[in-house]
Amino acid sequence: MITIQTDDFDLAEEYRNLRSVAGDAGAIVTFTGLVRELYNPADSESDKIQTLFLEHYPGMTEKCLQQICDQANKKWPLLATRIIHRVGELSAKEQIVFVGTASAHRSDAFESAQFMMDYLKSNAPFWKKQSSGGQSSWVDSKQTDKDALKRWQG
Amino acid sequence: MINIQYFASIRETLDRDQEELELPASVTTVEQLIAHLLQLNPHFGSVFDSSRKVLVAVNQTVVDHNFNLTGDEEVAFFPPMTGG
Repeated sequence: MITIQTDDFDLAEEYRNLRSVAGDAGAIVTFTGLVRELYNPADSESDKIQTLFLEHYPGMTEKCLQQICDQANKKWPLLATRIIHRVGELSAKEQIVFVGTASAHRSDAFESAQFMMDYLKSNAPFWKKQSSGGQSSWVDSKQTDKDALKRWQG
Repeated sequence: MINIQYFASIRETLDRDQEELELPASVTTVEQLIAHLLQLNPHFGSVFDSSRKVLVAVNQTVVDHNFNLTGDEEVAFFPPMTGG
């Protein structure tokens, strides 16, 4: 299941849901991404990031996240997949993204969760704008995130 | 009519989030659509600048510039994605 929301999410509740959906699972992996207090090295005067604004492409976002779940289900024998991505205004240290997978064995649950996060970073239409001290700028995509996809290809 | 949507830094540069256009019959690919937009609005020059990476989606799927258009699609222009 996938959800795009402005509200925060409750890890314990998501874990409980995965357990009840997954039936005979022997392994559940949950990943939570948080907003980091980044410092801009190009600007020595810059403050740490105060807020992050998350824009997305309604419609395409849901489609992309569902495709990521579908691909994970094709690659690994999973009993449940879950993605929550928050949008809108977020503060440093807040929860931003949740990925959960359930499987009979831990390696499938671990690998599929990593696969889903790697794809979500570069292939789902979200854009981050960071603000600190009255200044804001769009976050550039990272080559390391694109490189992370290569291990799942071919 | 073609519906064109703009996101993130591109939306800000153009100061618009979407528009509807009737395409001339000569515009049949994404590449031709970009050339057409450049003619219509000089601001597009700074968006389709070679130093700026712009992704194109047609009907919510990322495509390349050779992709064929019939003129009734939803086309979106946006920078590389930065989710997660």
